[in-house]
Amino acid sequence: MKKLTLLSILIIASFAFTSPNETRTIPSVNLKNLEGKTVNTSSFNNDGKPMIINFWATWCSPCKRELNNIADVYEDWVEETGVKLIAISIDDARNSGKVAPYVNGKGWEYEVYIDSNQDFKRALNVNNVPHTFLVNGKGEIVWQHNSYSEGDEDELYEAVKKLAAGEELNSKK
Amino acid sequence: MNLTTLKTLSFILVLAFSNNLSAQKLDQILSRGEVHGNFQLDMQYYQEDSLIGASEVPEDVLMNAFANINYINGNFSAGFRYESYLNPLLGYPTKYKGNGIGYRYASFTKEKMSVTVGNYYEQFGNGLIFRTYEARGLGYDNVMDGIRINYKITEGLNVKGIIGKQRLYFEYGEGILRGIDGELMINDFLGGALKDSKTKVTLGGSFISKFQADQSSQYNLPENVGAYSGRFDIRRGKVSFNGEYAKKINDPSADNNFIYKEGEAFFAQTTYSTKGFGLTLSAKGVDNMSFRSDRNASLIDLQINYLPALTRQHAYNLLATLYPYATQPNGEVAFQGEMVKKFKKGSFLGGKYGTSILLNYSTVYNIDSTALPAGDTTQMGYTSNLFAVGDEKYYEEINIEITKKFSKKVKAIFTYSNMVFNQAVIQGKPAVDYPTVYANIGVIDVTYKFKKKHAIRAEFQGLFTKQDQQDWATVLLEYTFSPHWFVAVMDQYNYGNKYKEKKIHYYFASVGYVKGGNRIALGYGKQRAGIFCIGGVCRNVPAASGLTLSITSSF
Repeated sequence: MKKLTLLSILIIASFAFTSPNETRTIPSVNLKNLEGKTVNTSSFNNDGKPMIINFWATWCSPCKRELNNIADVYEDWVEETGVKLIAISIDDARNSGKVAPYVNGKGWEYEVYIDSNQDFKRALNVNNVPHTFLVNGKGEIVWQHNSYSEGDEDELYEAVKKLAAGEELNSKK
Repeated sequence: MNLTTLKTLSFILVLAFSNNLSAQKLDQILSRGEVHGNFQLDMQYYQEDSLIGASEVPEDVLMNAFANINYINGNFSAGFRYESYLNPLLGYPTKYKGNGIGYRYASFTKEKMSVTVGNYYEQFGNGLIFRTYEARGLGYDNVMDGIRINYKITEGLNVKGIIGKQRLYFEYGEGILRGIDGELMINDFLGGALKDSKTKVTLGGSFISKFQADQSSQYNLPENVGAYSGRFDIRRGKVSFNGEYAKKINDPSADNNFIYKEGEAFFAQTTYSTKGFGLTLSAKGVDNMSFRSDRNASLIDLQINYLPALTRQHAYNLLATLYPYATQPNGEVAFQGEMVKKFKKGSFLGGKYGTSILLNYSTVYNIDSTALPAGDTTQMGYTSNLFAVGDEKYYEEINIEITKKFSKKVKAIFTYSNMVFNQAVIQGKPAVDYPTVYANIGVIDVTYKFKKKHAIRAEFQGLFTKQDQQDWATVLLEYTFSPHWFVAVMDQYNYGNKYKEKKIHYYFASVGYVKGGNRIALGYGKQRAGIFCIGGVCRNVPAASGLTLSITSSF
């Protein structure tokens, strides 16, 4: 059994080495939107403009600080770069019912989905929330950041502006 | 020989080598593939500290670590998680000792069907009869091992089928689970004018059955135990209403003292929200609904279902870890209401930069039940009514949170909580020595962004109670230099403890570096014994003192 496990690991690893593909795409997973409708993540798009995918939860303080801080400047961001923020709540049945009232109550203008079985979180290998990904106009993930400190949104927005101007980011991942 | 490993392997092989692929074509297919993963390591060097009750750790150093590696190529994906516990951290389930592959799977989607073999996390509806999930930080992982099929029969109608066994540390439980769940979104299913209707209706139904052989000489135990549930969800614009009802047939187990009574649960929720205002009201009833794939299992082992706690989930230290509520699967009735309101900038209450307020009230009682008289031979235990509230309070909390931005540089969150916590019931302690705790808790959380990228955040927390360990105070200071650095110091002080030798300072300092998907943190200090909860699962963590190292990475 140990040999078999090793063999399957080797096979997966060999897939990795034969792959010259350096781009990272959004994995396909089903989520629920705030209307209760199932939406596949492969349909995420922003007409060739950058997208931010942010994982958060109603019980996570730094997540809420981050999204509330961005909410203050979001209107400007959208106007200047056309960026769209997609907020993925990983709340389960305990809190998922509170997501829409919280989002509306705080006046967030984001596109919000609920990942209550955490399938999307697993597919993107997120350890802890908050975790932010930046997607370029071609739908490739080009930047990520784990955790949140006050002011992190400035670094994120610098990257958004570069993408919106058609520039490449220095660090690919 | 592990069968599912074989299955995983053969799927990879079949997919890669079927149809006599030419080398070129194979190359094309492989070039679309992506490999990603994540890694986490937590290590602690322990020091003996008799003052706080931290005992000696013979290994000196303990470590938990894992890495997930996933391969995705179009509609195919496969992956595994390697886990290493050398030896498990204090407070973590000791049965995790050693190394192993805790999770491996292969999955593909062909047209409307997707198939997963190996391990998978899944839930039906709210999880009242079935939910497998993981909370790695607590060692909770009841993942399935077996087969899962998702089938989209037609627009608006999805069916899921599962069969498998549940993870039990590095092994699998004895019971076999079989289940099916269907979800019908009426608007999409019927189409036509309904598709664009503002009223959206979704209906769902689930059935799950577990099999475990009867090896008891004392009882005649049911070997197949079924549970079923039905749910609905109606939304129209600002309003939503959803509910689920679940029933479980007789399931004598160690949890219910081997009674033959049936189990029941319901969960109902309504919400109203408009820009700047949100309201959620929810209710839940649970009666004899502990459900495990091994009738003798206990603690966090082999739970099949998930009964969400209807109380506010806290983040501040004193609120979250001293008196956290956990659902009582044997019986409880709970209600919760939450309101969020944002006052506009420039309004009287909003001030120049805006103010928002969050109000939460939750309460939990036992269900009204009557024990059967002594000498009863039906083994039914008691009679009860799921919708009748009993007279013993388990928990109650009023929580107010006000967020206010004073200037571009300063903002604060003020929290007040009044809590009633029945520790005898919730933590299973003897009522004589552990009376219900009545506590007032206040938190002031101030952030001062004194320069671009530089901020200081301070938390002042106080917990005031005459019961249990009496009064606590916590001060936390955190300096962040965005986007890479953070330094924090914290002191928790049990200043009100009636025993002088227990008036202890628990200080902790940490420093960390974050870059992209990597995070490294070092900490040193004392951690008090406490209860740490994620989701509905709580774990007792003993006091510890020493140096901690934590690394997470995602690629």
